[in-house]
Amino acid sequence: MPTMTFAQALNDAHKIEMQRDPNVYVAGEDVGVYGGIFGVTSGLLDQFGPKRVRDTPITESAIIGTAVGAASCGLRPVIELMFVDFIGVSMDQLFNQAAKMKFMFGGKAKIPMVLRASCGAGIGAAAQHSQCLEAWFMHVPGLKVVMPSTPSDAKGLLISAIRDENPVVFLEHKILYALEGEVPAGDYTVPLGKADIKREGKDLTIIATAQAVHTALAAAEKLAGEGISAEVLDPRTLSPLDEETILASVRKTHRVVIVHEAVKFGGPGAEIAALIAEKAFDRLDAPILRVAAPFCPVPFSPPLEKEYVPSVEKVVKAAKTVMES
Amino acid sequence: MDISKEQMVDMYTKMNRIRMFEIRVSELFAAGKIPGFVHLSAGQEAVATGVCANLRDSDYITSTHRGHGHLIAKGGDVKFMMAELLGKKTGYCKGKGGSMHIADVDLRILGMNGIVGAGPPLAAGSALACQYLGKDSVCVCFFGDGASNQGTTHEAMNLATCWKLPVVFLAENNMYGISSCTINSMCVPNIADRAGAYDMPGIVVDGNDVMAVYEASGEAIKRARQGQGPSLIECKTYRHRGHFEGDPCVYRNKKELEEWKEKDPIPRIEKKLLELGALTPEKMQEIKSSLQNEISAAERFAEESPYPDPAELTLDVYTV
Repeated sequence: MPTMTFAQALNDAHKIEMQRDPNVYVAGEDVGVYGGIFGVTSGLLDQFGPKRVRDTPITESAIIGTAVGAASCGLRPVIELMFVDFIGVSMDQLFNQAAKMKFMFGGKAKIPMVLRASCGAGIGAAAQHSQCLEAWFMHVPGLKVVMPSTPSDAKGLLISAIRDENPVVFLEHKILYALEGEVPAGDYTVPLGKADIKREGKDLTIIATAQAVHTALAAAEKLAGEGISAEVLDPRTLSPLDEETILASVRKTHRVVIVHEAVKFGGPGAEIAALIAEKAFDRLDAPILRVAAPFCPVPFSPPLEKEYVPSVEKVVKAAKTVMES
Repeated sequence: MDISKEQMVDMYTKMNRIRMFEIRVSELFAAGKIPGFVHLSAGQEAVATGVCANLRDSDYITSTHRGHGHLIAKGGDVKFMMAELLGKKTGYCKGKGGSMHIADVDLRILGMNGIVGAGPPLAAGSALACQYLGKDSVCVCFFGDGASNQGTTHEAMNLATCWKLPVVFLAENNMYGISSCTINSMCVPNIADRAGAYDMPGIVVDGNDVMAVYEASGEAIKRARQGQGPSLIECKTYRHRGHFEGDPCVYRNKKELEEWKEKDPIPRIEKKLLELGALTPEKMQEIKSSLQNEISAAERFAEESPYPDPAELTLDVYTV
């Protein structure tokens, strides 16, 4: 099986879908000539031409809005939002238009578009280029929200997202772009709405997303050395959430730690925790703990940023706390 | 102008249909039969009608919160519109959209919109699809003076010219964004003055002269269809009623309203049709009676229709 980076896997997904369906087009800032600032769309302009790979002005509302309009008229846009933090200048087109047109129009409209965005801290990009905003999108009925953690998941999920008939927000943690992994060659899908057990265990469930999945796996390795068997569950899709897999794991282990880089207050973990408390309360042997970013913007200075991002140590500590409960 | 008497009579009929529909809606709203808000376009009929008379079934439009007229002019059925306003499941949007979100994708009406300025990027996108798929269809974007200041409108115009999209930006300037008069809120006297900033033709038209609207918008639609890119057409008009039904309109004076009512687009086209011998007063009365029946029937249909089932609340959030 070939090995490639997360970014290359996403690139591969683009190529496969653009070859398969002539109505798939790519647009965004610097996606053409530059190949995307993270290289995800590298080579697409040469292969598919300027009609299908469009460099845009810095006009997020028009980029996303035209994608919504085009999707409602038969095209399948795959839009790159350079940083998820830029959603602010164009949020209406996503949450009031793309997400709601089908419902408001009584079911007749269809908006099959993908909005890809980089997210996450760790490279010193500071407050306005480092956020994890999946909770915002999860809160909007009509959107689907996907957050892969590995190259093979990324490729399969992006292919599924492009084929999905709904607006999908596809969040790519920027630290992951360089992550290498085995990725099946050719066309395959990873279904939306299906979680994945990244490591089986029996003593507690660590639910983690994106970069935090790797933090959780490292923590699980450490915990194993101390006789604690942690199961690491990656939801992969945050909306719709795979309740079945999450609850099955909780019923097995009886203890939960949720790890994500989004701010803890009002973050995605809050929804997952409420879900578990509501539907598996009698199976829990400990309170549900969340390891997440503190309630502040992402800081610039390296030691501050390091403190901001959930660490292996913090996950291990939380795991031991629920074990002692 | 290349237009037949029959087409002119058709436009006259459409304008009256819009006017009668809006007036009846205002009466129903006052009687408490319509939930929420309605934003009526009485007085602005010539804009919707003149523009849409140029459009094919395969062309698209995007509309605004004040879009009942656009929908009717594009071929919308007053029955399904009335049902939607009453929140019935037989409405265009199964009762889930309401006045501000009526759409019929089959008629290529990409919806009324509750967000001022949301239409222009959507319209540019629709035009992109037409261009991309090699069709000679166009999209007309109806938007108002309020939206002409919104950032999204500027972004859409810039992109439309960069990509030479077959979209017509159709500004309907009725001088007021709720209570904000364009004198205070717009930095230039005409929306069309901005066209040069986006390297597209900009024309100001008497929006209450349906033939002038027909001609000017026809040119722009032709340009778009021939691959020459976008245009900005500004129709000067006036809404006879408030921003919303129930609006006390404290920001406008009676004299201004009376002056504009003298320029009412419907008597003006009536006069023209009589002069041309295209219609007689009797025929006009016939048309109006027929329309009255149509609207009464629409009202009956809406009132007799059931509400949507609450069990269907979460239906149509996603395409399965």
